[in-house]
Amino acid sequence: MKKAGLIITAIMLVLALVGAFWTPYSYTAVSYDRLQGPSAKHVLGTDNFGRDILSRIMKGMGTTMSIAFLTVAIGAFLGTLIGAVTGYYGGWVDRILMRFNDAVTAFPTFLLALLIVSIVGPGSKYSVVIALSLVFIPGFARVMRSEYAFLANRNFVISARLMGAGDARIMFRYLLPNTTRTLLPALTIGFNNAVLAEAGLSFLGIGVSPPDASLGYMLSESQSLIVSAPWYVLSVGLAIVLLVFGVGLIGEGSKADA
Amino acid sequence: MDNLVLEVKNVSAGYFERGYHEVLHNIDFNIKHGEIMGLVGESGTGKTTLTRVILGIIKPQSGQVIHYTKRPQIIFQDAYSSLNPCFNARWAVEEPLKIFGKYNSKERNRRVDQMLERVNLPRECWNMLPSELSGGQRQRVCIASALIRRPHFLIADEPVSALDVTIQAQILNLLRQLRDELDLSYLFISHDLNVVYQLCDRVLVMKDGAIVEQGTVKEVYNNPKHEYTKSLLAASV
Repeated sequence: MKKAGLIITAIMLVLALVGAFWTPYSYTAVSYDRLQGPSAKHVLGTDNFGRDILSRIMKGMGTTMSIAFLTVAIGAFLGTLIGAVTGYYGGWVDRILMRFNDAVTAFPTFLLALLIVSIVGPGSKYSVVIALSLVFIPGFARVMRSEYAFLANRNFVISARLMGAGDARIMFRYLLPNTTRTLLPALTIGFNNAVLAEAGLSFLGIGVSPPDASLGYMLSESQSLIVSAPWYVLSVGLAIVLLVFGVGLIGEGSKADA
Repeated sequence: MDNLVLEVKNVSAGYFERGYHEVLHNIDFNIKHGEIMGLVGESGTGKTTLTRVILGIIKPQSGQVIHYTKRPQIIFQDAYSSLNPCFNARWAVEEPLKIFGKYNSKERNRRVDQMLERVNLPRECWNMLPSELSGGQRQRVCIASALIRRPHFLIADEPVSALDVTIQAQILNLLRQLRDELDLSYLFISHDLNVVYQLCDRVLVMKDGAIVEQGTVKEVYNNPKHEYTKSLLAASV
């Protein structure tokens, strides 16, 4: 399961990496070959501006993946930090930070992301990253908090303190490796949620702005052409599904390993 | 006055959970240099709370705990939870030296090798994870880890209760041998009176958070004064 996931994800990653340097056509080049079906010339056909869909998917895959990766990296980093401190120390630190966490969680994820994007200013890749990573922090914090609370009273932690190990050393050198069975699946699930959330935000028109490509933005473009150019929506949709599916398999696999 | 390693003076302590619940009442004893002090009593009587007070994890409500040696260490009954599941035996023994930070890696390795040999951990186990070790081997790793910085006082909280009898005897022998070689004193907690009789010099009998009897093992075993001690001894024969 993990192997299949790794293979699919590797293919998507190669597609994105190649797309960053080379695409069959320029991803912004318009032509008179509008709304053409798949052919030898345009493998996945063209969109309503005559742009090559494969080229745009390759480019968009990179955008989407980098947004999802940055989002998860920032969200997991800060979430782990908060979860470690609250779970390890407990007490009033825990109560204050976790109530704040609850308050953030009370908002529907998507609405909160919308709010943050509109505050930061829409239309750039980075505002999407900021919005989504802020929205993702509470989830990671909650998961990591329960792991740390579970580990904090183990005998080896008591021994480590008697040896004079500092709290930071205990939290991140000793306990963090013990959380991987929870953290790894959380990372892959987070990545997938970020891909879907980016698609959602771009679909609503507040993600990346044209002529940039992202999978979500392309999906929103293609929906109005669903009858006249079904290959467009299908190929973009399939790209998103494969990306999420591959990473999801890795997550399930690493959960099974642990 | 004798050389003391630990003095516990009239200590009362307990937990705060919706009010104060006193667990330990007026505990008073000392441990002399090179001595193995037994602590017996049934579960729930406050033995573990007492170790936490001695280690400073719980502050006493009254009285005081005086250490005459640096950095007391502890080994537990559950040797599995005493070792970090993600790291191997060598790591567990080396880490206290890394925290200490005074030795380079060559010197650390020398000391770790020496200590692992001293506790008779088979060489093929040195790079194994705790989950790959047997209960007795885990306890040996815990002992090595606790002693690598050469403390003079070790609390052993039921260190052999989870082991089978032959392994128990090996670990007890090891503890006795280490006491002589490394100039150690122990507070040895157990509910097994036979084990205490074999190993300890003096013994504390604890009931409901108070020490009801203390003295040399011979005195207490041959001539118990308190009813509770009598019943414990009667039950263990």
